[in-house]
Amino acid sequence: MSELTLLLIRLAFLAVLWFFVIAAVGVIRTDLFGSRTAPAGPRKGIKPAKPAAKPKNKKGEPRQLVVTGGPLQGTTINLTETPITIGRANDATLVVSDDYASSRHARLFPQDGQWIVEDLGSTNGTYLDRSKVTRPTPVPLGVPIRVGKTVIELRK
Amino acid sequence: MSEVAEAPVLMPAKRRAAQLAMLAFAVVIVMAAYANVGLALDGQIPAGMLTYGLGLGGLMLAAYLVLAKFAPWADPLILPLVTLVNGLGLVMIYRLENSGSKLQAGASATQQIIMTGIGVVLFAVTLIVLRDQRMLQRMTYTAGLIGVLLLISPLIPGLGKEINGARIWIGFGPATIQPAEFAKIALVIFFAGYLVAKRDVLALAGRRLLFIDLPRARDLGPVLITWGVSIGVLVLQKDLGSSLLLFGGFVIMLYVATQRTSWVLIGVLLFVGGAWLAGQLFSHVGDRFDVWLDPGNQAYYDRPFGGSFQIMQGLFGLGAGGVMGTGLGQGHPELIPLAFSDFIFPATGEEIGLTGLMALLMIYALIVQRGLRTSLAARDPFSKLLAGGLSFTLAWQVFIIVGGVTNLIPLTGLVTPFMSQGGSALLANWILIALLVRMSDAARQPPPQAIQNEGMTQVFQR
Repeated sequence: MSELTLLLIRLAFLAVLWFFVIAAVGVIRTDLFGSRTAPAGPRKGIKPAKPAAKPKNKKGEPRQLVVTGGPLQGTTINLTETPITIGRANDATLVVSDDYASSRHARLFPQDGQWIVEDLGSTNGTYLDRSKVTRPTPVPLGVPIRVGKTVIELRK
Repeated sequence: MSEVAEAPVLMPAKRRAAQLAMLAFAVVIVMAAYANVGLALDGQIPAGMLTYGLGLGGLMLAAYLVLAKFAPWADPLILPLVTLVNGLGLVMIYRLENSGSKLQAGASATQQIIMTGIGVVLFAVTLIVLRDQRMLQRMTYTAGLIGVLLLISPLIPGLGKEINGARIWIGFGPATIQPAEFAKIALVIFFAGYLVAKRDVLALAGRRLLFIDLPRARDLGPVLITWGVSIGVLVLQKDLGSSLLLFGGFVIMLYVATQRTSWVLIGVLLFVGGAWLAGQLFSHVGDRFDVWLDPGNQAYYDRPFGGSFQIMQGLFGLGAGGVMGTGLGQGHPELIPLAFSDFIFPATGEEIGLTGLMALLMIYALIVQRGLRTSLAARDPFSKLLAGGLSFTLAWQVFIIVGGVTNLIPLTGLVTPFMSQGGSALLANWILIALLVRMSDAARQPPPQAIQNEGMTQVFQR
């Protein structure tokens, strides 16, 4: 084996090794740049176009409820016209098993294009950002709502 | 209703095609590495390329089929990444075995590929038997007991064996295994189950001092017990590696469970204090520190046992490799004692250079990243802690041994996961990977759909 051939093989091997790393990163691209871009990517299976599904949605309206903290972190619920209840009771929309939550803890409902949070007489209270929710209050996008140890927020 | 049921929001695709392609790519790289070694050593493509390369390919295909059947939603990258690391380890062992050096007499690529085969079988068995990782939560204390028993088993007279100054083996006739490797997994399962049950008190009770939240004195119990056990391992078995691995894993899981920085601080202080004290009191620990601080010292270099000869050979090798390496089969890694087990990292580094080592570390980092990603996506706190703990243990192990052989931290006898020759570690790590795959399958499955028709209710399982 000539020196030159071995040199070329060596360089090619290192290049291929790095190409493998880059290809691996490519496979998990969706992780790195967030799941938001994922449905737009060339992925099969979920073709039924989402944007066309709800054309009546205006721009600033939230479409998802995302659990950002607590044991259920990462859970998302698509918002429709139906109200959402949060609590320990089995019939709640978001069932939290949390010692600090009441069985019917809080309710989120849409009104005139806004989502309103209302505390349902819970023991430990519901917090919108830092302030306790004492009356039905509109929820802006991205502001955390705390129910016991669970934190949720509305997103587009 | 249909809106709620659709819920494609965070649903990941299965990515089976990508997984198979990456797997094939990994096997091709390994075969290319074999060819490269053969061309450099004898000027021809070695027979080993087909037997070992296709053997590895067949094993991984079997692992893939089991995974596709029993964990279809599992992460697509974990298996290909592990395949590549395992395969590169095989190539290095094959290369050292054929170097003809007396220092590498123990290297046997055949033995390693048989162990890989058994590892894949254990991987498959774990995936088939363990359909839901929450089964493990019910065995929290059983796992803890098994872990501690495995850990102390080498100390039992007649069963334990002392090899190379460390009492970490148990022998059945000619076969020896390192129970600490399996204890690692059992203890992580125990820590996860225990912390899920107790994390509230560990996270909430306490008072604030300056800028950190200090826990109550009586809540220090678990961390002190683990500390005692790991210091015991260090002193009685002369095994700094397992000791660090065990305690580091526990402290990080405590941190993950409670999100309190004070636990990490307490843990680091306890371990540094304990290790320093052990270094003062026991010569075998003290020797390691001396060598670490001054490996170039001629007196340490010439010392027949516990000196710096091995680590210096490794550093010379890395230096000879430089940025681009000497090329596979063209360096002299056979000059490093035990280059096929503990010192496989500098041996590989000499031949593939800094460029290749960085790629290798990136692959380890990606395996760990997939594990942590699984932990983030997991739906119940036990899986979160278990996946986080297992992937951290893997990362921590790579750090301890790579840091050790590059003299960043005192050298400890740990294997490089999946690369080093050594059956116990390989088998244990394949089980660890099977657990990660099982949890990533559970985490990536689409959430359960609404079971009632009113559209009001959606059930989430924990």
